[in-house]
Amino acid sequence: MKVVLRNLTKRFPSRSKKGDEVIAVNNFDFEIPDGKLIGLLGPSGCGKSTTLNLISGLEAPTEGQIFFGDDDVTRLPPENRGVGLVFQNYALYPHLTVLENIMFPLENLKGKNKMSKQEMREKAREAAALVQIEGLLERRPGEMSGGQQQRVAIARALVKRPRVLLLDEPLSNLDARLRLQTREEIRRIQQETGITTIFVTHDQDEAMSISDMIVVMKAGVVQQIGAPQEVYDDPVNLFVATFLGTPPINVFDASVSGGMLVIGKDRVLPVPGVPDGKITAAIRPEGFVLDGNGPFSLKLTRVEVMGRDTSVVSTHPDCRSPFVRSIIPSRKDFRADGGVVRFSLVPEKVHLFDPESEIRVPFEAGGTAQ
Amino acid sequence: MKKNSLKAWLYLLPAILFLGCFMVYPLVDVLVYSLEEGYSSASQSYYGVGLYNFSYVLRDPYFLQAVKNTFLLVIITVPLSTGIALLISLGLNAIKPLRGFFQTVYFLPYVTNTLAVGLVFMILFKKTAYTDGLVNLMLHFFGGGTVDFIDGPYWAKMFVLCFYTVWVVMPFKILILTSALASVNPEYYSAARMDGANSRRIFRKITLPMISPMIFYLVITGFIGAFKAYSDAVALFGTDLNAAGMNTIVGYVYDMLYGNSGGRPSFASAAALILFAIVLTITCINLLISKKRVHY
Amino acid sequence: MEAKLDYDLIERRAALKKRLFRTADYFFLVLWAVMVLFPFYWMILTSVKSYSSYNSEYIPAFFTLTPTLLNYREAFSAVPLARYFLNTLIFTVATTGLMMVVIVPAAFAFARLEFRGKQLAFTFFLSLMMIPTELVVITNFVTITNLHLRNTFAGLILPSVTSVFYIYLLKENFEQIPDELYRAAQVDGTSDFKYLTHVMMPISKPTLVTIVILKVIECWNSYIWPRLITDNPKYFLVSNGIQEIRENGFGRENIPAMMAAVVVISAPLIVLFLIFRKKIMAGVSRGGTKG
Repeated sequence: MKVVLRNLTKRFPSRSKKGDEVIAVNNFDFEIPDGKLIGLLGPSGCGKSTTLNLISGLEAPTEGQIFFGDDDVTRLPPENRGVGLVFQNYALYPHLTVLENIMFPLENLKGKNKMSKQEMREKAREAAALVQIEGLLERRPGEMSGGQQQRVAIARALVKRPRVLLLDEPLSNLDARLRLQTREEIRRIQQETGITTIFVTHDQDEAMSISDMIVVMKAGVVQQIGAPQEVYDDPVNLFVATFLGTPPINVFDASVSGGMLVIGKDRVLPVPGVPDGKITAAIRPEGFVLDGNGPFSLKLTRVEVMGRDTSVVSTHPDCRSPFVRSIIPSRKDFRADGGVVRFSLVPEKVHLFDPESEIRVPFEAGGTAQ
Repeated sequence: MKKNSLKAWLYLLPAILFLGCFMVYPLVDVLVYSLEEGYSSASQSYYGVGLYNFSYVLRDPYFLQAVKNTFLLVIITVPLSTGIALLISLGLNAIKPLRGFFQTVYFLPYVTNTLAVGLVFMILFKKTAYTDGLVNLMLHFFGGGTVDFIDGPYWAKMFVLCFYTVWVVMPFKILILTSALASVNPEYYSAARMDGANSRRIFRKITLPMISPMIFYLVITGFIGAFKAYSDAVALFGTDLNAAGMNTIVGYVYDMLYGNSGGRPSFASAAALILFAIVLTITCINLLISKKRVHY
Repeated sequence: MEAKLDYDLIERRAALKKRLFRTADYFFLVLWAVMVLFPFYWMILTSVKSYSSYNSEYIPAFFTLTPTLLNYREAFSAVPLARYFLNTLIFTVATTGLMMVVIVPAAFAFARLEFRGKQLAFTFFLSLMMIPTELVVITNFVTITNLHLRNTFAGLILPSVTSVFYIYLLKENFEQIPDELYRAAQVDGTSDFKYLTHVMMPISKPTLVTIVILKVIECWNSYIWPRLITDNPKYFLVSNGIQEIRENGFGRENIPAMMAAVVVISAPLIVLFLIFRKKIMAGVSRGGTKG
């Protein structure tokens, strides 16, 4: 089922000041293709959960429309929309068993959709099998681990075969190891069922690793929509660039002079087509290449060996964060002379932004200085 | 350590003294009284030990009337007040504007003097030479006959007593249930709505089980409280409850102690112990049922 | 197109249902509010009707255009209402004050001090919570009578100055205060008593206030014990006074004056409630029951 959001806006009355309004979602315009897994990504308070509630019908938009396929569902109550929602804290009914929890949505069906007890039980078992919790049907939520509860919540959301599946921070309550496992699980279930799925997260790793598409939001406004790699490689503004990637991108206050990017005193990279003046330069950690004759010199602080990779931590006076982090393939013979490391840069991993508007300033990678 | 212990007991001393004199000693004494046959306050003597006091009380028509009244009162008011309080709390929970105002109004009866406001109920229901009373006039307006609720037939008196009792116990129940409802995580309601449950099903399958511990708490305390009813009856019918035929078990105990038939603490003790046994039994039954029905 | 119509219908139905429900809800809530408030309205109304106009109304009027305060003067002059008031005030203040003196050290001992037999003593205290007052009133009545304390304030006050429940409530509250504070005080050489009065009591002020308010309400409305222990109107509390007014005073005939007395008796607690609304309601939901 295709989901279309048309100029969706949600305003709340402000809690602190009377008469004031807080814009939670501002003019959200997006068409989600059928059968895809979409990650809504942004820092907390950016309006991603509100967007989810608008799609589910738990909240009504101030302006704009929501379509499922060709149906306008904007004013439809949640129970008539055919959506499944998995809550951040799972919201499993504590007084019901797992089986009863999963059967609950089916028991609410009316009219021609009404099922016999036997049918319901079968459907619930199928859903439980899909999330691999067949063995736990008689337990109560209080007797299960977070990961198991998560699966029950997904099974409950799926049992009615919803047109759209929504997940609110599905992994935030799990420990690190379960998180990896569960996100694969969500991917698998989505692919098996083919249901259009939208999930909300503040964790960019999570969104990048399993989504077909990610939507980056900030303060109620959509920043960028695209495939994860695309957004990572081509951020439209400084916010998107800094929000994606671990370790985070390194941001420098730099300048351009004669088609060369200048950081501190080093002329580090040719950036043809960019006019002279101040500029904000952001370099991905993997954009640094260790090079004894490289143009970019940094003061070395320490080296962290992490198995496959080595992380070089250094400082630079014009870097906005206290440390510059760069990731290089592990080498046993790593040496720094006089506390200074030299790097050359990978042009594709360097992004330039207007210091005022923070919008991306493109340059032709691979060009040479004039 | 020894010095410390002494000091601690010193801190406890006032409480122990008062509790000893007015709670522990009386508790033992009431058992003694109940077994002393023919004890009289005037002569402070008795002539035997046995269960005569109990058998006397159990055969006393006034006591049997009091037991009947009390049981009727309990059976009518406990379910009724709990049910109405639940409805009102649900209603309160569903609104936002004026909620605080309603909560304040509903709590008012809690802080009023039972005796004083009982008089207002009396004049509302009473039929006198001057006027039939407001309630009767309203009954008349709707085409009913008039009846004296205060000095009239038994059912009418019982009705007023139940009505007033419900009015008096309602604030506590509404308060407890509203806070129980407010403490249910709203995510469960959102989840149930997503699952397509209509409001009746949400109530039966989500709300009710979630607040069931509090409902049982109210039922248990309600039973205990209603079994000890007394002041409400006095407020409506005066101190001579035996004459009005509206006495309660507690009223019978006090009448045996003091008043027209007073001065017989042995009978009073026997009656009080019987009441205690009844309350204990009912509470145990309630607890057993709640163990089965309440999920956590 | 047809699917579209269907959705419209569902939307409209849902909206209509919501409105209907809301209206019914408010109607129901207002109805109960009227049930609660009407007796109060009636008592105030009757108290300002003149004696003659009240008795001439076969069908009682729902308002009066000629309010009078004469009934209030009558209430205070025909019966010793002021005396009842003063008695109740003395009784309430003394009982509540003494109770605090008794329960605060007890709660402190249970919460903070280590001593031999603490567990046993506390269990014993807790088990006393189950004892109904009706059971012990009988002997207390005899005790007070034998001590010749009937018709005295001592007889009225002494049996109600301890409450196991409040000791329990306060102990729980004291235990929430972090251990470090006590250790710090010990290091500073503060005595236990000073720690109790200068640290614990100020921190637990909300609970102490709640207990005081609940006890005041209880005292102000107490009826059974005062009735047993006083037969001299000089020592009547308001509850007994109002009962006396009804049975032997002017109440039989002069209903407006009786209602004036009822208003006067009810007013202090209602005012107290309106001031401490939040505290009282929170306190009651934490463990008060009526009476």
